[in-house]
Amino acid sequence: MEHIDFSLVDWSRAQFALTALYHWLFVPLTLGLSFIIAFMETLYYRTGNPEWKRITKFWMTLFGVNFAIGVATGIILEFEFGTNWSNYSWFVGDIFGAPLAIEGIMAFFLESTFIAVMFFGWNKVSKRFHLASTWLVAIGSNLSALWILVANAWMQYPTGMRFNPDTARNEMVNFWDVLFSPVAINKFLHTVFSAYILAAIFVVGVSAWFLLKNREQLFAKRSMKIAAIFGLAASFLTIVTGDGSARNMAKYQPMKFAAMENLYVGQQSAPLVAIGLLKEDSKETLHKKQDFRFEIEIPNMLSYMAFLDPNAYVPGIKDLVHGNPERNILSIKEKSEKGKIAIQSLAAYRNAKKANNDTLAKSSLASFEINYPYFGYGYYAGRDEHELIPNIPLTFYSFRIMVGLGFHFIALLLVVLILIRKNLLEKKRFILYTALWTIPLAYIASELGWIVAEVGRQPWVIQDILPTIAAVSQIQPASVQITFWLFFVLFTGLLIAEIKIMISQIKKGPAPESSEI
Amino acid sequence: MFETFSHILLQQYWWIIVSLLGAILVFLMFVQGGQTLIYTLGKTEDERTILVNLLGRKWEFTFTTLVTFGGAFFASFPLFYSTSFGGAYWVWMLILIAFVVQAVSYEYRQKPNNFLGKRTYETLLFINGLLGTVLIGTAVATFFTGSEFSVDKMNLTLLTGNKMPIISEWKGLANGLEAAFNLQNLSLGLAVFFLSRVLALLYFMNRVRNTEIMVRVQKHLLYNAIPFVVFFLTFVIWLMLSSGFAVDPATGIVSMESFKYFHNLIAMPVVAVLLLLGVAMVLVGIIRPLTCFVKCGTKGIWLSGIGTILTVFSLLLLAGFNNTAYYPSTFDLQSSLTIQNSSSSHYTLTVMSYVSLMVPFVIAYIFYAWRSIDNKKMDIEEIQSESHVY
Repeated sequence: MEHIDFSLVDWSRAQFALTALYHWLFVPLTLGLSFIIAFMETLYYRTGNPEWKRITKFWMTLFGVNFAIGVATGIILEFEFGTNWSNYSWFVGDIFGAPLAIEGIMAFFLESTFIAVMFFGWNKVSKRFHLASTWLVAIGSNLSALWILVANAWMQYPTGMRFNPDTARNEMVNFWDVLFSPVAINKFLHTVFSAYILAAIFVVGVSAWFLLKNREQLFAKRSMKIAAIFGLAASFLTIVTGDGSARNMAKYQPMKFAAMENLYVGQQSAPLVAIGLLKEDSKETLHKKQDFRFEIEIPNMLSYMAFLDPNAYVPGIKDLVHGNPERNILSIKEKSEKGKIAIQSLAAYRNAKKANNDTLAKSSLASFEINYPYFGYGYYAGRDEHELIPNIPLTFYSFRIMVGLGFHFIALLLVVLILIRKNLLEKKRFILYTALWTIPLAYIASELGWIVAEVGRQPWVIQDILPTIAAVSQIQPASVQITFWLFFVLFTGLLIAEIKIMISQIKKGPAPESSEI
Repeated sequence: MFETFSHILLQQYWWIIVSLLGAILVFLMFVQGGQTLIYTLGKTEDERTILVNLLGRKWEFTFTTLVTFGGAFFASFPLFYSTSFGGAYWVWMLILIAFVVQAVSYEYRQKPNNFLGKRTYETLLFINGLLGTVLIGTAVATFFTGSEFSVDKMNLTLLTGNKMPIISEWKGLANGLEAAFNLQNLSLGLAVFFLSRVLALLYFMNRVRNTEIMVRVQKHLLYNAIPFVVFFLTFVIWLMLSSGFAVDPATGIVSMESFKYFHNLIAMPVVAVLLLLGVAMVLVGIIRPLTCFVKCGTKGIWLSGIGTILTVFSLLLLAGFNNTAYYPSTFDLQSSLTIQNSSSSHYTLTVMSYVSLMVPFVIAYIFYAWRSIDNKKMDIEEIQSESHVY
């Protein structure tokens, strides 16, 4: 398979990962803060208390700074599907393009129209219209997340489509299957709820800083109270949907699940390694096998997490690579052979159609359709099957750190809420410092979630159907390298600018009371 | 309703929608044009603040229209997305970078401690205005002049050999930048650039309350209108005289046809009328404020803006309708993209057509929201009374 330019594939992956990671630094705050602001303004609308207007406007300023850079990094992502993944764009564009277009029509215009009213309409439109605009910005932002996450979920669990050999691409046959697939709904909810936690931690952390500085106490405590309640509700829902994510993964992406859990050999009544330290197995380097230096296990938990049955069998990496006939699991070699037949049958079908040989076209089509579920594996025929194992340490640690941090966030939000109720928060400086320093941890947890989801599914762009090596654009690797570094410098520069502006806006604090009446 | 439409009818419907979005995008690029005029028209800090804030309240619509245009093109004609974006890599990347820097520049320009300094953000706005307009115009011109690429879906089945299993291959030497060295492409790129500046000047006329700025606006309207007319006429005359990429509707075979776009104009009289009407509206929108500025100058943006939409819309219809390859390949004529061979399936276009019914509703709420916050002209006093300033 010398015809695959791995340098091109790797740089294209790196560029997409870079853009996605940067974009996700800004999106969750937009998703969650938009609702927190809407709640705050609702209180202003209901009470008429100008303090709530001050609070709303302060967080709105930070929202604006963050929103701009989120928009900037987002546009690149949309177009990179074409610029760097051109084969992908054709192969699944019939399905994938629709959510992107709907996102533009349904969500982006809503966001961009009413954000102008939100920022510039305070003295020009009625209080009710302004409040409605703020809510519409929140709804628009979250609708945008819905459509792009539906698209992403479809890549993890392709459904509602069939391959058309005449056009050589996948075509949508049921829009509702795409929109309401169990993976799509769960992914959307899990992602936005986790984003709400990040926004809540941000508001709590920034407010804690004001309390530490003995500034704006009423403002800070009111902000914290709303954020903590919002964050706690979101935390509960994140746990529920996280549980759903694990089951979806075990069902539809067993290799990702096994890698995330470092489960080398499948087992019944599998325990969950709650905490573990990995070391590479020196004998099984080809399998990327990792041993545990130490681990703390919860018996039967992994089986329960995966299939809601404490005694269920969970396949391991070895089973998925080499097959397990007892469990009806095909080896990668077998799948690759079937995939190769599918690809060759497609070629035979198209050639037969061209030559008007209907008999051959019919038999080739039949062979293609039987083997199509393994189409993507065909590109790995004759290759080392271990290329289909994702990075185990990265997914294993990312998942555990994310979950661990998640529990930390819940504990913090709970403690903050209790201390506010008891009117003791200002005195607990340790808690205030913890809240402040938890802000970067929320970002780390959020990014780690995406690392589990995206690194764990490698090398698939579309699960089982299209690997990265067959999805890229045919361009010079040097071109992608240059744009990678261009984006790296550009995004980093803009991130520094964003952080500096944010800090100075926070230090400035909310506008003086007199100017808000 | 849409289920009963034939595939070709849906393809044409979506070409119309994509063309309309492209046309609205060109109109909204008055924001880009305005960004290249900030220092030309604004001689003091207050004057520049007025101009930046006027543009800053509209930049997101241009940006959103660009993103929606991309999404709609992807959903309806994915082979174009795949071939053009993956092939003309550098053109699209430069356009994207130009828009990335725009997105932050308004919000960060005036903010304290903004790392790069106010002047840098203003320079980035200028870069966006220049590159965004010229390169988009150049890229659209290739719809008529062609690019060097090949498309072979059988490549998907390549498992050995020396070629990757990728269906679209770009043959142009500079991954799309070569288009900028074609004078016909460049003439459209420059026409779009000067048009965006003309529209920006008309927009300022409509929205600014500042005598000094208005005097400069009128002067620069003439300076920009002349090159716009020259470059636009160069492109259109060249287009009418040049050969085009005709498609045999029965076989799908692409061949060169002399005066193809002129023939398209004759074959589609409605498009011809729209084009002439559009051009006339653009010109009247420019000439009226030049001749009776104080009395009748402020509505020029609407006349020229709608004229721009009609003109670009009809040009894009010329590119794709009447059995024409809208994204032609000069390397391999049979790889050229037509609205038939590059579109999404009947089912997807049907789904998307239902979504398109939301567009009038979207336009209505945009109009309502704009009116509610843009009800009077802007001066420095108004900006100073705002809590959110760019």
